[in-house]
Amino acid sequence: MKDQRPVVILIFIFLVSVILLTKLFMIQVVDDSFMKRAESNAIQRIVDHPYRGLVYDRNGKLLVFNNPIFDVMIVPKEFKVGDTARFCELFKISKEQLIESYTAAKKYSSVKPSTLIKQFSTRDFARIQDFLVDYPGLFITTRSVRSYPNATAAHALGYIGEISANQLERDTLKYYAQGDYVGLSGMERYYENDLRGRKGVKYKMVNVRGVDKGPFKDGEYDTASVAGKNITSTIDMDLQLYGEMLMAGKTGSVVAIEPKTGEILAMISAPFYNPNDLTGADFSKNYRKLNNDPSKPLFNRPIMAMYPPGSIFKIVQSLIGLQEGILTPNTTFACNRSLVACHNHPSPVNLFGAIRNSCNPYYHQAFRMIINQEVSSNTFKDTEIGLNAWREKVLKFGLGSSLGVDMTNEKGGSIPSSKLYDRVYGEGHWKYSTIYSLSIGQGELLVTPLQMANLSAVFANKGYYYTPHLIKAVDGDETMIPAKYQIKHEVGIDAHHFDLIQDAMAEAIYGTAARAVLKDITIAGKTGTAQNPHGEDHSVFFAFAPKEDPKIAIAVYVENAGWGGRAAASTASLMIEKYLRDSITRPALEEYVLAGNFIY
Amino acid sequence: MRESDIHINRVDWVTVAIYFALVMIGWFNIYAAVYDGQAEKSIFDFSINSGKQLVWIGTAVMLITVIMVADSRFFENLSLYIYLAFIGLLVITPFVGKEVNGQILSIGFGDFRIQPGEFAKFATGLALAKVMERPTFDLSKKNYQAIAFGVLLLPVILILLQPDTGTAMVYFSLLLMFYREGLPAVYYILGFGLIAIVLLALGIENNLYLAGAIVAVTLVLIFLGKRTWQRTVAFSAIGLGLIAFIYSIDFVVSKLPEHQQNRIMVLFNPNLDPLGVGWNVTQSKIAIGSGGLFGKGYLEGTQTKFDFVPEQHTDFIFCTLGEEFGWVGSLVVIALFVGLLYRLVFMAERQKTRFTRIYGYCVVSILLFHFMINIAMTIGLFPVVGIPLPFFSYGGSSLWSFTVLLFIFIKMDSSRATQLGRLG
Repeated sequence: MKDQRPVVILIFIFLVSVILLTKLFMIQVVDDSFMKRAESNAIQRIVDHPYRGLVYDRNGKLLVFNNPIFDVMIVPKEFKVGDTARFCELFKISKEQLIESYTAAKKYSSVKPSTLIKQFSTRDFARIQDFLVDYPGLFITTRSVRSYPNATAAHALGYIGEISANQLERDTLKYYAQGDYVGLSGMERYYENDLRGRKGVKYKMVNVRGVDKGPFKDGEYDTASVAGKNITSTIDMDLQLYGEMLMAGKTGSVVAIEPKTGEILAMISAPFYNPNDLTGADFSKNYRKLNNDPSKPLFNRPIMAMYPPGSIFKIVQSLIGLQEGILTPNTTFACNRSLVACHNHPSPVNLFGAIRNSCNPYYHQAFRMIINQEVSSNTFKDTEIGLNAWREKVLKFGLGSSLGVDMTNEKGGSIPSSKLYDRVYGEGHWKYSTIYSLSIGQGELLVTPLQMANLSAVFANKGYYYTPHLIKAVDGDETMIPAKYQIKHEVGIDAHHFDLIQDAMAEAIYGTAARAVLKDITIAGKTGTAQNPHGEDHSVFFAFAPKEDPKIAIAVYVENAGWGGRAAASTASLMIEKYLRDSITRPALEEYVLAGNFIY
Repeated sequence: MRESDIHINRVDWVTVAIYFALVMIGWFNIYAAVYDGQAEKSIFDFSINSGKQLVWIGTAVMLITVIMVADSRFFENLSLYIYLAFIGLLVITPFVGKEVNGQILSIGFGDFRIQPGEFAKFATGLALAKVMERPTFDLSKKNYQAIAFGVLLLPVILILLQPDTGTAMVYFSLLLMFYREGLPAVYYILGFGLIAIVLLALGIENNLYLAGAIVAVTLVLIFLGKRTWQRTVAFSAIGLGLIAFIYSIDFVVSKLPEHQQNRIMVLFNPNLDPLGVGWNVTQSKIAIGSGGLFGKGYLEGTQTKFDFVPEQHTDFIFCTLGEEFGWVGSLVVIALFVGLLYRLVFMAERQKTRFTRIYGYCVVSILLFHFMINIAMTIGLFPVVGIPLPFFSYGGSSLWSFTVLLFIFIKMDSSRATQLGRLG
């Protein structure tokens, strides 16, 4: 028995080592959770946020930049406040706030820094800077917020904000993290990928107290951040500011486009807001205020508001008629007011006269010829075929669906097809007399101000357009803009048909929009009055100038301002003058628009 | 000193080689534990612990030399006096020693301090070898048991007064030597049984399950054997006694000092308080566990280097090894320890005198206990007790006491040929 005991001891030693090695194998090789916990222990991942790209106007003037702001950070363990009242006064914080922030910071960690006061401005920072030394445990970190030196083009530029849970979920590339700022509207959103740059990551080692112990593996896994690209917008800041001045206190839209390129020179949505309100510390508060404002300042009217095009649409009808060979410049109709109401003008009129006088019965009759070409002996069927064929031609003008401007939430308006009337009246139960209001731009037609401005550009260009856009160059390179903005869209109307139209438009303003007439510069324009069942009609004007070599095409909508010849035509004319001459020769007209009394 | 007492060619070089291997690996690990990539101090830098450990190693070599050239009978003849001297030191330690964290462990002057509790281990080993060496000393007899336990418990009581539970526990490792020398096996079976029940009682939340299991086993035992009433009563009494014992454990634990209670509770649930009491064990496991199969490479460990593991160069030195050399490194070191222990058992068994055999087993017992408990605590198999890993952990007292312990036996072994066989 005794002789076996050394063997028992040896077996015991062996078993002990087997148990130890087994357990070690379990935690070292089998279970990899310790590896991860070790990493989270000692390796800190520090995200290096790049500078967001700046935005310039077409002349190189700064529209958006990054403004440094300062966060006051606290290490609770080292913090000594002394006189609380004095501290609160210096840092402009209430005692309750201080206690709340301090408690939250302490709860997070007493040795790691957390934010005590968010977003000090440069001025506030300068004020407290000297006092900081009196408060151990406090230090300052800098971040930057978007800033708008001229507080202009809020809707076009858009704003950035903290990424939402929804967006995070949709971010399949997992680029974003909670708390990241992303473009939420306008160009900020559309060009997010260019503007944001590329985040960098640094891995650094920290010891048990969080003290920096240098880069992990000498920075082998670090990536440098890449600054965002600067963007040049097509916006002309001076024109934009001037338009905003004219539209202040009104509701409506102004869209100005360079016809030859589709570049948007100005895009005003009134009422507008100061883009600086949607940055920094007060973002949430101001956003809520703007969102609840009954005048809807956040609503981006140029691309989201839809109106019937009114008389302006008659030009589209004329062009389709000419191209089809149904109308010639000499086609004459009597101003038969039994068909549809009109105003006093000589009768009968040819096409030129119809445009100049905006003759409703003329288009009632002309549109019937376009629709009912007697392809079918069944008048219902014939109308259906005619309407759909006509619609295809209208769509080519950039109407009826969104153009694809570089902003989000662009509406497409509406050009009705036979399906709409089939749904409302039933198949075979509607004919020309049902749809004749389309002839004069009323009825089921809806267009956005942007589409209207684009239409003006089509007329200026004699038959083509480039999709309107806000981007002119990325990092100074004009070829870097999206390819879709470099494609010429033909509208399917021969160029020579536009000569008569342009002449008529140039002539028309002397009759319907005399206020718009500009000495030495020929403006081709057309008034419109969008009927508004809820109140005064909307004042509409669209134009391009100079007629001989168009540099600007513009559409102006002023809601509830009545006749197009007053508010809209005046505003458009002033905008044209501002852009082409860079000075205003008609202070009285400017006064008139600024005063804003258009109903009399 | 006689010329013939130095038997260089009889020294067990295998043991010596393993000893130096462990000491050197330990030294490199101490450097890794204190290494700071930003400071770039040399391993020889005396301002850091690896440099100091080199001094302890150097002085340990001097101690080895002294032991090897001493008279082979010196330790045997003086064993009881050495024992009494250290008992004396232990007695005066609480009065003249230096208090650190409520414990008075060391005595000495200035920087030169020793912990009598550490050195009393080899002294107790020598004393036990001395009193038990007579062939008539029979551990199955109560009076001899009393003598043996008396010699063992005297230093234990004095150390518990310091109080140093960890070191006191080490002395109970000598029960392994008692086993080799004939203490009846039934004691061990009962002992391990009780320990198992204690662990189960602590580990299982609801004592009712355990009590139920005991009732079931008792009933089975009663009905399986001869059903006499004496037997039934005896088994029932034992069963009831065990159940009472289980329920008394919680009570006893609640009477322990709080830090010991916590250490016990953390063993069963390390996530109980990961930033408080569980910190050591949790961080230690993270460090070792993150090593993987081959480790992160020498000086590449992050957990130990950046102070996540407390006491990383002393009691938790194994973490550095586990993190930087992985499972393979752990295997090598554990193999070295097992090799050393096997070699020592082999050496003890080849002794011609009972004295040297008993002392040999004392060395085996103490080294095994330190090795087993230290590593077990770093991987959460045993509550945290402050005992060092032999030859590895930083510190002069620790290294010297293990060196003295081991080399006295190597010395005895090398001169075994000169001794008369007195084995019973």
